[in-house]
Amino acid sequence: MRSDEPSLLLKLSAIGGLIFLHWPLAIIVVYAFTTEDKSYQFPPPGLTLHWFSVAWARPDIWAALTLSFNVALVATGLALVLGTLAAAALSRAQFWGRDNVSLLLILPIALPGIITGIALRSAFNLMDLPYSVFTIVLGHATFCIVVVYNNAVARFRRLSPSLVEASFDLGADAFQTFRYVVLPNIGTALLAGGMLAFALSFDEVIVTTFTAGQQTTLPIWMLNELVRPRERPVTNVVAVLVMAVTFFPILAAYWLTREGEHVAGGSR
Amino acid sequence: MSDLALRRRGPLSSLLDAVYRRPRLFLAVLLAAPLLWLGVVYLGSLFALLAQSFFSLDDFSGVIVREFTLSTWVQLMAPANLDVIIRTVLMSALVTVADAIMAFPIAYYAARYARGPMKAAFYLLVMMPLWSSYLVKVYAWKLILAREGIDTWVLDKIGLKPLLDWYLSLPVIGGPSLSASYTGTFIVFCYVWLPYMILPVQAALERVPGNLIEASADLGASQGATFRHVILPLAFPGVVAGSIFTFSLTLGDYIIPQIVGGSQYYLGQAVYAQQGTAGNIPLAAAFSVVPILIMGVYLTFARKLGAFDAL
Amino acid sequence: MTSTSATAVLFQNVSRHFGTVRAVDGVDFEIGQGEFFAMLGPSGSGKTTCLRLIAGFEQPTAGHIEIFGETAEGLAPNRRDVNTVFQDYALFPHMTVLNNVAYALMVRGVPRAEREKRAREALSLVRLEGMDARRPAQLSGGQRQRVALARALVNRPKVLLLDEPLGALDLKLREEMQEELRRLHKQLGLTFVFVTHDQGEALSMADRVAVFNKGRIVQVGTPEDIYQRPTTRFVADFVGSSNILTPDQAPRFGGVSRWTSLRPESILIGAAADAMDVRQTAEVIDQQFQGAMRKTRLKINGLEICAMAPASQTLGVGQAATVGWSHGALHAMDGEGNDV
Repeated sequence: MRSDEPSLLLKLSAIGGLIFLHWPLAIIVVYAFTTEDKSYQFPPPGLTLHWFSVAWARPDIWAALTLSFNVALVATGLALVLGTLAAAALSRAQFWGRDNVSLLLILPIALPGIITGIALRSAFNLMDLPYSVFTIVLGHATFCIVVVYNNAVARFRRLSPSLVEASFDLGADAFQTFRYVVLPNIGTALLAGGMLAFALSFDEVIVTTFTAGQQTTLPIWMLNELVRPRERPVTNVVAVLVMAVTFFPILAAYWLTREGEHVAGGSR
Repeated sequence: MSDLALRRRGPLSSLLDAVYRRPRLFLAVLLAAPLLWLGVVYLGSLFALLAQSFFSLDDFSGVIVREFTLSTWVQLMAPANLDVIIRTVLMSALVTVADAIMAFPIAYYAARYARGPMKAAFYLLVMMPLWSSYLVKVYAWKLILAREGIDTWVLDKIGLKPLLDWYLSLPVIGGPSLSASYTGTFIVFCYVWLPYMILPVQAALERVPGNLIEASADLGASQGATFRHVILPLAFPGVVAGSIFTFSLTLGDYIIPQIVGGSQYYLGQAVYAQQGTAGNIPLAAAFSVVPILIMGVYLTFARKLGAFDAL
Repeated sequence: MTSTSATAVLFQNVSRHFGTVRAVDGVDFEIGQGEFFAMLGPSGSGKTTCLRLIAGFEQPTAGHIEIFGETAEGLAPNRRDVNTVFQDYALFPHMTVLNNVAYALMVRGVPRAEREKRAREALSLVRLEGMDARRPAQLSGGQRQRVALARALVNRPKVLLLDEPLGALDLKLREEMQEELRRLHKQLGLTFVFVTHDQGEALSMADRVAVFNKGRIVQVGTPEDIYQRPTTRFVADFVGSSNILTPDQAPRFGGVSRWTSLRPESILIGAAADAMDVRQTAEVIDQQFQGAMRKTRLKINGLEICAMAPASQTLGVGQAATVGWSHGALHAMDGEGNDV
């Protein structure tokens, strides 16, 4: 496309930057196999799968994992409904206060998490709502809405409005139009948004520390281990697990929205 | 009429049709639930929190006195608290500048030279660290920066260990180990927020038309001049957009300085400590207003610089 | 004006305003059953809004609409026996050709076997066979056009609305589809309402043409009426090209003291002019070869006038020639112009 070649300096600094972004993640994986359990000695004196079986046998990890999974599932579900509704409303309509509504959607991730967390916590206090799985889900859904919204609104904008008109014109009612025309066209975007929301919820820790009571999600478990380490190699194993659980939804979301570019839009 | 009678429709379906045909009503129905959640529950919580900064804590009983007072705000202005605010803002600014410098080559390369699968790979390689677990990333750096960690090992191998020891002996930026120094905190902040800077800068650079660069070269500008006068100004809104994230995220973070760094508090930690162990919700609320105010001013400037288009 | 049994669509003083914009401003017309009716006008003249009012995508701000004697205000698009071919075709990108065409039957609960049979019939009606399993993205522009037609026709609507359906096609394909639409209209006997900004298309296809300007209808009539007897300056100028004479100039060309249109092809040059009612001497400014004709610019009575000479008639620049035309070629009209 372009005739000019990148300079060596640019090439090296770009590649160097990417390596900087990735090598800490690689280190974590290495440490999960170390035979050393007292310090962070490098290089590991030996490699073992032992810690995976130790982690596997730990009921507290399983409990935290299950809780995180359930919370992420419910929060994603709520965010999907609310985010899609907001995207449908804001994708084309022009109305007074439109910019304020979109700012409101972004606010929970634009403001530092600690503010969202502490605000929700004191609100739950005022409402006499005991901290529970429910309050964790409320907090997570609040910042997951925008992730779904961002994905859905982009797709809605590419969806030709005449498709919906054509459906009504051909005799379909609003339900049928949503089910047969709108949903199949925004489906992959919703799936992608849902995946990202899931990944976000699954490893969220800042808001969760404020909205959880005695419940321990996996990130809270990790945070406790970071502050007061007990069995370091087990923490390493859980870190690898968390990476794996968030890796696949992100990859899937990327492919889903990429393919979507050919699916949606007008048919011309 | 065609030979097919329209299928009988239920009342719900008729209602939906009626709603759909009134654009204002349809919009209201769509927005009701999201607005109830974010506009009432979330925004309400925020305002309730901010309102509490005008209450005060009774030092003896530890009970919050629900009467309007400015005493909490006076308390916030105590030198120790101002120190926390200044330290955090300084750190946020340094992290933002460092991230902008590190992000630029990656974004520039991805926007101008990467094509096809290479471009997809670049995008994914930036997205993966962005989305992967925050705690895991922080944890990884704790492993790396620990006294017996990789950095020490690598420097030892290449014979630069004395340099590290010298660096750690410096006042302010040094410490017992990198993981217990300002430098350590700075590195981890830079690392964790770097992808948030790369993506908007790349998006802004993508929008610089190639022929603009050719036009500049055609008009006799050297590569350096083209970069300074054409590319940099056009990429600037992207840098500002990215800085919104790096700045805001650093301002409010309380986990990174807790895990990697010295014993000095940052804003997030102050909020956390005040609402938690101290139980001083009013002071925590007053502390929370600080990043909101700073971000408010920041966003106003960012908007003027056109950063919102680059988001 | 009341509707009779022969009226398909009736507009009575219909307006559609968007805020302060009067997209459609007090429009009256009547479309007969089985008629091929074209709405012609520049963009923003209100023709597409009128189509959308018939389809039910818009509701009138004021006025009354009837479709086959039934009041249409407040009736949703999905309850009107009217189907639309959209400008961008609006084919459902995630469905096959067959499912696109069968959609109207599917949402009405027609069993699969029956609806597929009828969808295939509709596809063969538009001469598009063997493409059932393809997606819209795999079709050419002309093929998509046919699918959109089949989809709109599968349920045999009383009125078929076509919103600039040929705009995206290249010239040759467009001419082919024009013939195809004429054929379908004759074969099915349905009422067609066709929106276009292309005057040639409107004149060659429609039984009657309504010319729109600034949200109003300026003239309704047969293509011959519109072309030969434009009632206003705007119509004369927008439909075809014309020499337009002011009320001052017209008497010098044999007309009355009103705005007057004189079509270039009615001006004869040389010996052929001798038998004409009005004869003048002209000076040739230049000639432009256009294949079948030679576009000839003349100076008559100090005015620059355009004429169409046969291709064989070559005239030298500056040459004097006799020109002539019949009284009937001078058409007086209202002064309402096109100063949009």
